[in-house]
Amino acid sequence: MMNGVGRGASVSLNDLQKSYGGVTAVAGVTLDIRSGEFLTLLGPSGSGKTTTLTMIAGFETPTDGDIAIDGKSVVAMPPYRRNIGMVFQNYALFPHLTVADNIGFPLKQRGVPKAERTKLVGDALELVQLPGYGARYPRQLSGGQQQRVALARAIVFKPRLLLMDEPLGALDKQLRETLQLEMRRLHADLGITFIYVTHDQEEALTMSDRIAVMNEGLVAQVGRPEDLYDRPDNHFVAAFIGESNFLPAVVRGFEDEVVVAEYNGSLIRAISPSKQRDAGMKVILSTRPERIRFADGAVESPAPQNRLNVTVTEAVFAGERCRYMLRTGDGSSIVLKEPSSAAIRRREVGERVEISWSVADTILV
Amino acid sequence: MTAMRALSTTVVGLILLFLTLPIIIVVVVSFSSATYLTFPPPALGLRWYAAYFGSEAWLQSTWLSIWVAAVVVVLATILGTLAALGVAHLPKPLRVLASTLILSPLIVPGIIVAIGIYYAFAQYGLVGSPVGLILAHTCLAVPFVVTSVSASLAGIDPRLEQAALSLGATPTGAFFQITLPLIRPGVLVGALFAFITSFDELIVAIYISGSGAVSLPRRMWDDLQFQIEPTIAAVSTLTIVLTAVLMGCAHLLQRRSAT
Repeated sequence: MMNGVGRGASVSLNDLQKSYGGVTAVAGVTLDIRSGEFLTLLGPSGSGKTTTLTMIAGFETPTDGDIAIDGKSVVAMPPYRRNIGMVFQNYALFPHLTVADNIGFPLKQRGVPKAERTKLVGDALELVQLPGYGARYPRQLSGGQQQRVALARAIVFKPRLLLMDEPLGALDKQLRETLQLEMRRLHADLGITFIYVTHDQEEALTMSDRIAVMNEGLVAQVGRPEDLYDRPDNHFVAAFIGESNFLPAVVRGFEDEVVVAEYNGSLIRAISPSKQRDAGMKVILSTRPERIRFADGAVESPAPQNRLNVTVTEAVFAGERCRYMLRTGDGSSIVLKEPSSAAIRRREVGERVEISWSVADTILV
Repeated sequence: MTAMRALSTTVVGLILLFLTLPIIIVVVVSFSSATYLTFPPPALGLRWYAAYFGSEAWLQSTWLSIWVAAVVVVLATILGTLAALGVAHLPKPLRVLASTLILSPLIVPGIIVAIGIYYAFAQYGLVGSPVGLILAHTCLAVPFVVTSVSASLAGIDPRLEQAALSLGATPTGAFFQITLPLIRPGVLVGALFAFITSFDELIVAIYISGSGAVSLPRRMWDDLQFQIEPTIAAVSTLTIVLTAVLMGCAHLLQRRSAT
């Protein structure tokens, strides 16, 4: 892998805002994207992620706040001077131009002579694994090929920043996974900064160096994929990324970094990565379904555990794993996922069991 | 089933005959050898075409109509294309208002438009001058260009323009390299309609062509008022052929842009 430090642009969003009439699309986004980073804006539709990207590209003017690329504000700069590559969801290839002319388009705008253009277009086609496709028209290509051409067109002029707006949204699952790997490879080879927009959390987790989770026009949390998954800052992130069990509890005390909370008469130990908590505070405990285990018969983990007695209300065999729906003493539901094995006894509906999970996997949100 | 089919074929055939019979009669009469309008003609001949091509007045009017229409095509196509682009960028309520205003010359009865134009133009000495005809016909032709270009624009992904800008094209560059080539069929169809609109236009011409700018339809109208002789049939036939060829071109262009 090549060392890409310095080849990518750094991007700073400072209290970026956009509203249309009275409707707020982006409510104040502050985010520092490092040089050469693969950052994903992840969020449900209407969370402001695409509007944020559109403002970085320069197609929308912020209502307030600032965008700086490499420390220089670009808010007043028209899109065609920003020198940013962009890949659109529907590819946005020019239908009346051949693949070679599509890819050569940004070079032509920059006055690159024809001979050099031909060479660079050839290199770009090579890079996206479509050599020899130059003479075809976009409509003669499959969706995946069109997306590769769009990618080639967005990087052929060597921008230091590449924006991608749900580029794989229209493709089927298998092709999407292939292209995800290709984009990772391309990111590593080029060393430029990628800002990627998606609503697909799995895609975000697989590809990104860091993810900014967006909700209602704000950044809910920024962090590495494993940080977001293991240490969600708030209820929204815990619920949006992966699956989580939520239990209401009241803070009763502290043991070093660990918060002791009471849930339905049981003491549950948890960690609170984001906020300071005080005794008596109402909190929500969050735990991932695959981090919970049936306590009986399982190998005891050395890490400190939380325990709870529950009743099995639903048991579903789903191939690689079994999924159980459990009911606690106060009637709340807990989901438990267990890797399936012929050696493990399947639980029956109505069975009363004890479950356990690590304190480190119990997060206050 | 076959009886139903035969019936519907017959009905459609009769409707088509009803629509084309007058044209067929005009064409046949234009080749008549008689000195008066009569059908069927006693014998065939080209004397009325000879009369047309021998008449200074007819040829002058034809030439005037052609060059007026040509100038109208240029003006209406440029204005109409720009208007369509502008309207497409407006927010929705304004867009509806603007397109209604642009289409108003087609909605208001022709004679009202003609009277209005006559009074307005008379103040500026534009009656009886080709300039007046050109301006009036441009007003009437612009809506056709706007309609046809707007239809083309509606089929274009707005992100193509954004893509061009992100790739370094200036707004002007993006228009000439991306938008214009993609709406070209709509622009050409609009231009053809603009030509036909001007070339066939009578009502406004009656009011404002005066004696200095007698267009072909106006000459035909005057001719019909004083005498009825087969020259008019010969002129009509030539006009029909020209219009049909242009309509055929428009149809081909529309079909090509649809694929």
